[in-house]
Amino acid sequence: MIPSEEELDRALCLRHGPEVHATIKSATVGIAGLGGLGSNIAAMLTRTGVSHLIIADFDSVDISNINRQNYSLRQLGSAKVSATDENLKAINPYMTIEKHHVKLTPSNIPDVFGRCGIVCEAFDVASEKAMLINTLLEKCPKTKIVSGSGLAGYGRSNDIRTKKLLADLYMCGDDIDMKGVKGGLMSPRVNVCAGHAANMVISLLMKEDL
Amino acid sequence: MRINGKDIEMVPPMTLKDLVAGSGYCEDRVAVELNGRIVPRSEYVNVALDNKDSIEIVGFVGGG
Repeated sequence: MIPSEEELDRALCLRHGPEVHATIKSATVGIAGLGGLGSNIAAMLTRTGVSHLIIADFDSVDISNINRQNYSLRQLGSAKVSATDENLKAINPYMTIEKHHVKLTPSNIPDVFGRCGIVCEAFDVASEKAMLINTLLEKCPKTKIVSGSGLAGYGRSNDIRTKKLLADLYMCGDDIDMKGVKGGLMSPRVNVCAGHAANMVISLLMKEDL
Repeated sequence: MRINGKDIEMVPPMTLKDLVAGSGYCEDRVAVELNGRIVPRSEYVNVALDNKDSIEIVGFVGGG
């Protein structure tokens, strides 16, 4: 039997405290890209009580994603926005998720994420990361951006750091491109970085800067 | 001129595009703040730098 919304709220209030829960629950957070970073950030934020997410991704779940992305084998072939919606609603059926099954471009990014106080950049390709961040910084000046950059391989957990770089840009990672890193992209280190990003989002929601 | 917190003497004329390329960055993988303001990438070629400028260049790497 699935608990009621009130029961879920009570459980989160007991864990986090009523003021913290109210702040986190009322926020709207954007996630651009639902791969290794985005799918895991989305799950962590949902567990923490974020109840309004705007998610965007053009891709579908592939067998090559299962090593690090928060999907199951029965979701192969599903649009990542639909599979993420399903996974998050299994954690909190009462949350609202605005899904955009699109390729993000400079022309649609302000429409998709304009209402978000915080957007997580969770793309794979470096030039796409730069495109999203430049567009948000130029066209959505009040939006804070939490970005992942450099998370490939294994070990070196403590090399992954969160840095505040430009006025509204928080970068999580080790700044090392995935090309040539032994092991490629692997779940534990991707999740270390996703954890940094989700943790930074919660800090910003609680008005605590770096 | 101050670049990413370090003072550097620049010999003009130099555009932001020259600086980004000369500092080892790929132009399509950066975001640049000039004196606290984000510069649209299409403007890099038109921005003439001055030794009083403060510049932050952020480079992005692949993997996600």
